[in-house]
Amino acid sequence: MSDLPYLLSLTTFTPVIGALLLLLFKAFARADDKGIVERNAPAVALVTSLFTFALSILVLIEFNPADPGFQLVEDVSWFAGFHYRMGVDGISILLVLLTTFLMPLCFIASMGVIKKRVTEYMIAFLVLETLMIGVFCSLDIVMFYVFFEAGLIPMYLIIGIWGGDNRVYASFKFFLYTLLGSLLMLIAIITMISIAGTSNIVELLAFDFDPGLQIWLWLAFFASFAVKLPMWPVHTWLPDAHVQAPTAGSVVLAGVLLKMGGYGFIRFSLPMFPIASQTFAPMVLGLSVIAIIYTSLVAFRQTDMKKLIAYSSVAHMGFVTMGLFAMNFIGLQGAMFQMLSHGIISAALFLIVGVIYDRIHTREIAAYGGLVHRMPIYAAIFMLFTMANVGLPATSGFIGEILTLVGVFQVNTWVAFGATTGIILSAIYSLNLYREVIFGEMVNEKLVGITDVTKKEIIMFAPLVVATLVMGLMPALVTDITGPAVEALIERIDAGLALAAPIGGAGD
Amino acid sequence: MTDLVFNISLMLPEVFLVLSALILLLLGAFGGRKMTSTVNLAAIVVLVVAAGLVLYKIPDEGSKELFAGALKLDYLAVFGKFIALLATAFSLLLAYGYLKTENRLSPEFAILYLFAALGMMIMVSANDLLSLYIGVEMQSLALYVLAASNRDSLRSSESGLKYFVLGALSSGLLLYGASLIYGFSGATRFDGIYEVVANGGSIGLMIGIVFLLCGLAFKVSAAPFHMWTPDVYEGAPTPVTAFFSVAPKIAAIILIARILFEPFLAMIADWQQVIIAISVLSLTVGYLGAIQQKNIKRLMAYSSIANMGYAMIALATGTISGMSGLLFFMVLYLISTLGVFACILAMRRSEGMVEQIEDLAGLSRTKPALALALTILLFSVAGVPPAAGFFGKYFIFVAAVDANLTWLAIYGAVASVVGAFVYLRLVKIIWFDEPAVEFVPVKFSQGAVVALSAVLMLPGAIWLLPALMEWSQTVAASLFLVNG
Repeated sequence: MSDLPYLLSLTTFTPVIGALLLLLFKAFARADDKGIVERNAPAVALVTSLFTFALSILVLIEFNPADPGFQLVEDVSWFAGFHYRMGVDGISILLVLLTTFLMPLCFIASMGVIKKRVTEYMIAFLVLETLMIGVFCSLDIVMFYVFFEAGLIPMYLIIGIWGGDNRVYASFKFFLYTLLGSLLMLIAIITMISIAGTSNIVELLAFDFDPGLQIWLWLAFFASFAVKLPMWPVHTWLPDAHVQAPTAGSVVLAGVLLKMGGYGFIRFSLPMFPIASQTFAPMVLGLSVIAIIYTSLVAFRQTDMKKLIAYSSVAHMGFVTMGLFAMNFIGLQGAMFQMLSHGIISAALFLIVGVIYDRIHTREIAAYGGLVHRMPIYAAIFMLFTMANVGLPATSGFIGEILTLVGVFQVNTWVAFGATTGIILSAIYSLNLYREVIFGEMVNEKLVGITDVTKKEIIMFAPLVVATLVMGLMPALVTDITGPAVEALIERIDAGLALAAPIGGAGD
Repeated sequence: MTDLVFNISLMLPEVFLVLSALILLLLGAFGGRKMTSTVNLAAIVVLVVAAGLVLYKIPDEGSKELFAGALKLDYLAVFGKFIALLATAFSLLLAYGYLKTENRLSPEFAILYLFAALGMMIMVSANDLLSLYIGVEMQSLALYVLAASNRDSLRSSESGLKYFVLGALSSGLLLYGASLIYGFSGATRFDGIYEVVANGGSIGLMIGIVFLLCGLAFKVSAAPFHMWTPDVYEGAPTPVTAFFSVAPKIAAIILIARILFEPFLAMIADWQQVIIAISVLSLTVGYLGAIQQKNIKRLMAYSSIANMGYAMIALATGTISGMSGLLFFMVLYLISTLGVFACILAMRRSEGMVEQIEDLAGLSRTKPALALALTILLFSVAGVPPAAGFFGKYFIFVAAVDANLTWLAIYGAVASVVGAFVYLRLVKIIWFDEPAVEFVPVKFSQGAVVALSAVLMLPGAIWLLPALMEWSQTVAASLFLVNG
């Protein structure tokens, strides 16, 4: 249909329009009306994000899953070779949907919890939403970079203003770590544009870079995406950022921002530098296995709930990189699935921690125990997502892990073996966390008066519960959309490898 | 005779500026105190009108030599004059508001700005070693006095003296280089030097150009000739510091670009290493020095040193895209720096000006609009997208990569991570820290400059960047066209 010509742009920039509205309200409110603005800001943000979600559903309706190429493409020339290009394919559309799906939940989670500078908080999140959607929709590599890096600013402010006690350290670490990686990528992007003569991602995808150069370009992109994902050993910023960020900040960080790293690999590194990807695949697989096992062990030793889930995130993102660099159809499908599934599960887990943090104001595991007696519904929700985190069949976590494992098994049995060990470890720390918090004696006196989840919180968890189960029971809903695009990607990789095989023999 | 009239008619903006400056000088001298305000405001108008006249007097054939080749009126000169005049006008506007509040408004202040602007106009159109020197000195003399213009302040006097002594040293280097170049080429005019250089340079010319570059690097405060910058920036009255960090920089950078890209382009292999060394040193010294600064003016001094490092990357390429990237970058840098200084001028409490970065604490609570604008400007100076400053650095990196200086671009990129730390520290103080004592309400002139620059750096960038890039490219192309 062509009745909505700028649907993608509209979806991308609706949140920023909401943010501008809030900014205007705040700027022009009379002094005694400031309170009204502060009270109503969450509602404005929520409505904006719901509207954005509705728009992204429209995108999904307009989208034709059978077509592996980019759809809903927009192209406006700017200057000096810059173009404003938007488009989605089977890989990016679900990540857009994940973003717009999680944002309303973030706003619900923040209602009544954020007490200071509410309007600014909502503005920061709305701007962040636009930038995240922009990353997934960009079809111009420079534009991608602009969205990718600009996203650091609102997240930096969110951690720094509304974060915990050690927020300054965490926000600086987050910003500078990620920036260093991105700037190396920027130089690589400039080099690519200089050689290929275009910044159009579609054309760059079809361009074959010199194998020697591919190595350097791949490494530069790796510097950026490995930090963003994050991969072991450059993951150390993530636990700090998570622990200090407010609940909604953690949700966005784990749910969407980490996915940008995975998206970067699948959009740029694999199809644009297939030869280098194959050269470095053993290294990435090795790092992935280390990440899965090592961070699972580290997670087991955590006393802070958020830190535990943060380390668990690193482990689960290890499955993503493992699936990606298996470089076969099933592995890539699994990686895509795992990203979406982890986006939902980790978001839910951070919200779960947020629920009791809002009541007791501590994240220490030792401070809790016996919650099942006071919070039965909460215990049930927590149970479901603990199981999903472990990868129990019928939850989405299972599908992602099994697909990536099958994918990597075809490449390297030992890697699959190591990763499977990681699943056992994840069961140990997840179930241990659940046991400590939900069962046992209620030792802490503060817990006596704790109340079960409110209606607001049930509304917040319901979509996540549904999504986890639906994805777990009907994975084809997802894989049918990603399938054709992933297939085209594999073809592209094979073509790129075939080109190099007679010259350097790197393809054998 | 008709030739002279013709030449003078092309010099209309300069003539207008000189006559206006002299009239205003008389007005200030004999008009008494009540004329002070008028003289200052009139000077701002004069600068803006002169900038308009510059655009009006673009030669049809693209390039025109005046006064037997002493000066040259080409696209580059027009670009430089226009930007320098506007930058001076905005700096004077800031100075006017500041001096009025401080009760130190005097007519000579505005006159000195006008003469400094005249010096810059000669600098950017210099086509001869002698006119180059006259332009540089004319500008510098006015700046020395301006640095020391707060006669009651010890620091201001110290700043003026320091600037003068070190400035004299750099002028010496400049003259020494110029005389060597003359000695080995037999010409003072750039086209004469060009011919000698094109037929194969000599060791004497090489030493000459290095000395010349050292002298000029001093003027743009590039390391290792930056020592004066933090002290002078800190000691000089704040609006004068704002002026120092914008207008003279663009004039001197254009002058360096003209010398390197016009007469000395054939010797690129010789001067490229020097420029690269200056660039790497400036980036390193600038950002590392900025980390530990507590005074925001000193911080901006180091920031300007580092930013000159990026300009030097563009110069080192010696290509047309490097030239256009340089002009593009400089204008964006200039706009955001002017905005930051307007914010610094707004740092005034009831008991007077403050300039420690801690004094900005909690600005986002006490003055949200100012805080938002300052944040945009800081991210622009840091080169974080989507602020316009990012695109300034982007095109410099593009030029560097195209000129096979990828490693230099990587160094610049890594350095800007350190730079990001410097600016993030300010953003942190503004947004994360608990509010300190509130500033007095922002004056209109400061607010206007802050708002204008912030709007140009973020939403306005959509229109500003394409226009600016087109102009930069035209200028760069014409410069290389002449060279053949």
